[in-house]
Order: sequence, then structure tokens, then C-alpha cells
Amino acid sequence: MQQNKDKSQPKVGVLALQGAFIEHVHALRDLGVVAKEVRLPEDLTGLDGLIIPGGESTAIGKLMVRWDLIEPVKEMAAEGKAIWGTCAGMILLANDIGGLNQPLLGLMDIKVKRNAFGSQLDSFEADLDVPAFEKELTHQESTQDHPFRAVFIRAPLIEKVGPQAEELARISGVKETGPDFSEDERRQDTIVAARQANLLATAFHPELTPDRRFHQLFLKMAGDPR
Amino acid sequence: MLYLIQQEAGAVQEELYLMAQVVNGVEKSTWKTKVGLAQMLKGGVIMDVVTADQAKIAEEAGAVAVMALERVPADIRKQGGVARMSDPELVSKIKESVSIPVMAKARIGHIVEAQVLEALGIDYIDESEVLTPADDQFHIDKHQFKIPFVCGCRNLGEALRRIGEGAAMIRTKGEAGTGNVVEAVRHQRAVQGEIRRIQGMPVEELMTVAKELGAPYDLVLQIHETGKLPVVNFAAGGVATPADAALMMLLGSEGVFVGSGIFKSGDPFKRAKAIVQAVTHYQNPKIIAEVSKNLGEPMVGINISDIPEEQVLSKRGW
Repeated sequence: MQQNKDKSQPKVGVLALQGAFIEHVHALRDLGVVAKEVRLPEDLTGLDGLIIPGGESTAIGKLMVRWDLIEPVKEMAAEGKAIWGTCAGMILLANDIGGLNQPLLGLMDIKVKRNAFGSQLDSFEADLDVPAFEKELTHQESTQDHPFRAVFIRAPLIEKVGPQAEELARISGVKETGPDFSEDERRQDTIVAARQANLLATAFHPELTPDRRFHQLFLKMAGDPR
Repeated sequence: MLYLIQQEAGAVQEELYLMAQVVNGVEKSTWKTKVGLAQMLKGGVIMDVVTADQAKIAEEAGAVAVMALERVPADIRKQGGVARMSDPELVSKIKESVSIPVMAKARIGHIVEAQVLEALGIDYIDESEVLTPADDQFHIDKHQFKIPFVCGCRNLGEALRRIGEGAAMIRTKGEAGTGNVVEAVRHQRAVQGEIRRIQGMPVEELMTVAKELGAPYDLVLQIHETGKLPVVNFAAGGVATPADAALMMLLGSEGVFVGSGIFKSGDPFKRAKAIVQAVTHYQNPKIIAEVSKNLGEPMVGINISDIPEEQVLSKRGW
């Protein structure tokens, strides 16, 4: 609580229209940051960063339209503020979701496939290697050189990372057991995290596990000097 | 904590058995993914639908999931007879018509109905008192399934028994099909009140509380330590208006099921949308006032005292 009074700390909001927003608020609290819950455009004032949580992307998108949040969040992105979408949030950030008709922010140069692994029965956990942690987090934060345990729930995947964006993590072997994949697809790795300047997207849920490295990475993008 | 570890170990073991090959530590259908889906539904509305068209309307209105049924509770109540799992064909059609998660109900203790629903590849099973119980003593051992379950409760003891059996999500029972929220309020207040009581107790009193509640001791201990249920807790049973839904959120529910309340009302799409907005903005009375305007006729309500004793659904469950 006290630490947040420090002006050098970024002010971060979590979109709280629907979904697992309180888990992100708690994760940020673990790192000494008091996050603001965002439900209306005025809640965005003064923020350095915004997390769009997991939930149902159709429901969150419709609520963003209903409460006039699409344009203000786009403006935030244009001003260089950090925005991170997890799962449903990643879908909302993508500029291509294969032609599905639902509201999007469309900010990131990535092609995303919804419910890419199947139904809830195909939800899974897996270990990820994230090279960016080693390079960008300070020694103390990245001493955990173990893989990142990621939870995928009816998760999307990134089919294509466009030239403006960069891949952060991929996973192999998951499609072995999925229902609807061709032989070619099964052999390919799957991209599950990407970044584009001030924008971050993860297909999985770092807010559901105690490992805080993705939240640290995001806080750095939002201007955290630590 | 020990309890959770045991549950995870159980899920891991099951998974190793089901998967010949484990790559990158991939584990499917873990306890975390089961509870996790319910976490993603929080702050949202799950709507009862009886056709694919209704499912599309629900999705368009902003539902986070649909409950696929042959009859909504109000009709089950009116028509009487034995209420069973829905026709798998109907469930599959509804599943194909939407991108949001699909749930369906199995009768209490009906292991095979649950297996059938799992085989359809839907996302959640409601082992529900709204259907006629298949077993008058025992519920399903939900740990044996890859698909997650939600179960109803009237109080904390019942909630913890269901979680002990493997329910990854809990809802109040309320009194389904009445359009009367009083029972859901009673059940949510009971759960929250008992949690507060246990939190404030010295540890040596917890075993006796576990005995009184008929709840697993490990889970009572966990409630004492964390002050909350280890799974997501929704409201259900009798929610008919945006204000009803917001009331349930205010009392500590993390989301709302609406059964008969939507498609038994005058303008289902408008009412569904309004309930979605009210759940998001449950702390904002101005917005609730705004979205509650001109919704048309709500479903006709029933007073609980007018329901014959044997037709009270919330008494089903052991």
C-alpha cells in the first residue's frame, strides 16, 4: 500500500467488466502495486497501463462497446501506455481473429484463433520457456530460471505474428491430443505469447499461478523503474 | 491446502493414465483448469436456454455461458413428472450454435447422465436439484471426471460436501423457477455468514464445527485460513430482474445464473442485456436504474409459501 505512494511506480488499471480481474489485482498487490478497477471511461484517467483479463471475450467486448471503452483504450495505446491482454484480453487486442464477428480493439499485429485447443476437456497446464525473462528482468526477479507454468483454459493461440510484433513464447506437443488438427499443424509449435512495443498478449493466465514474472515484465513496460 | 494438493495429485494421476505421452509437462483437465474456467466466468451471467436460437440471443446479450435444457425450471415446475438430462441432440445443437461455454444438467447421483454429457464435449456439468434426483442418498464422485461440475447449496456445509466430492464451482440453490429471489438470498447469506463465523473461531473449535456442518475438516480449516470458498461461488434460483442480480452480487456472489427469468419474460433479449449490465455495475445504482427501464413484463413470480412441501426443489441434495 505504502509503496504505491512512490511517484515512480506506474499506475495500473485492470479492466473489471467481467472475468478474472480480481486475480490480476491480487497479483499486482503481491508486487506492491495497487491496481485500479476500470469499469467506465473516467476510470482510465491517469493510468500508465491497463490489463485486460481473461473471461469471455464476447461478453467483455460487448461491455466495452456498451460503456464506450473501445476508443479511450485505443487512445491509451496510441499514447504509448502499456496494455496487456490475457486469454480473452489477447483476443480483444488482436487485429485478426479469422473473421469472427465480435467487438475488438484490434491493436496488435497478430492473428488469433479462438478456442484453439478444443472444449474445456482440452484445457491444460504446460511449462513455457520465456527467453525475455532472462534478458529483461533483473537478476533477482529472474533467478527462478525454471520454466513458467502456464494455465490454458479454453485458450486461444496465435496463428501468426505479423512483422510489427514479436513472439515471446511457444509451446510444442499440445496439439498431439487436440481433436481438430491436421498432421502439419500437429508438428508445428504453437505461439502463445507476443509483444508489440507497448502491447503484450498471452494466451494463458499468469494471474492464476504464483509466478509473477509476466506481471513484472508488464510493470516494466508500464514504466516501473525496478 | 493439503486437501488441494491431494486433489491435484488425483488429477495428475488420472491424466498420466489418460495420456500416453507427456510433453513439456502438459497436463489436461487439472483441478486448476476446472476451477479456472469458473474464474473466467466471474462477473458474468449464465443463462438457461432451450433452443439454439435462444443460445444465440443469450450470447448476443453478453452471457458468459449458457445452460442447455429441454425445459426451464418454471416449466418443469408447472408440468411436473420426472425431469431428466436433456436430449444429447439438443445439447450438441446448442453447443454448435455458440462460441461461449455450454453447460448442461445431470440428475443428482446420475453417474451415467454425467458420463454422457462429458462424452458430448461440453464445458461444465450442473449436478442439479432442478432435475428429479436419481439417487436419494449419494451425489456423483466428481473427481472421477475430466469435465468440471457445478453444484447447488443452501449453506456452507452443503457447499463443502459438494467441493469434497469434486465440485469445481458452487452456486446457491435458491428456489428455481419461481422468479422469487428470497431463497437465493437466504442461501448466500447462510454461506457468507458461516464463513465469517469460522474465520473468527479458534482452531480447536473447528473440528466440532465440521461435525455440525457435516463438512470435510480440511475444507473447514481452509475456510478458517482464507476466509473464502476454495472455488467460485455464483447465485442461482429465482433471479428475475437486474436489481435481483445486483443484489446477489452485493451479497458476495461472484456471478449469476438466470434460469426462467429471461426467456419467460416479455422481452428476453432486452432483459438479458440489462441483467448483464447490472452484474458488471452492481455497485452503481444509477446504472442499474438506467438499465432497468422499460424491460417489459418480468416472469410471473411464485411465493415460496404457496409451493407444496414436496415440490420445494432446494430440499433435494444430501
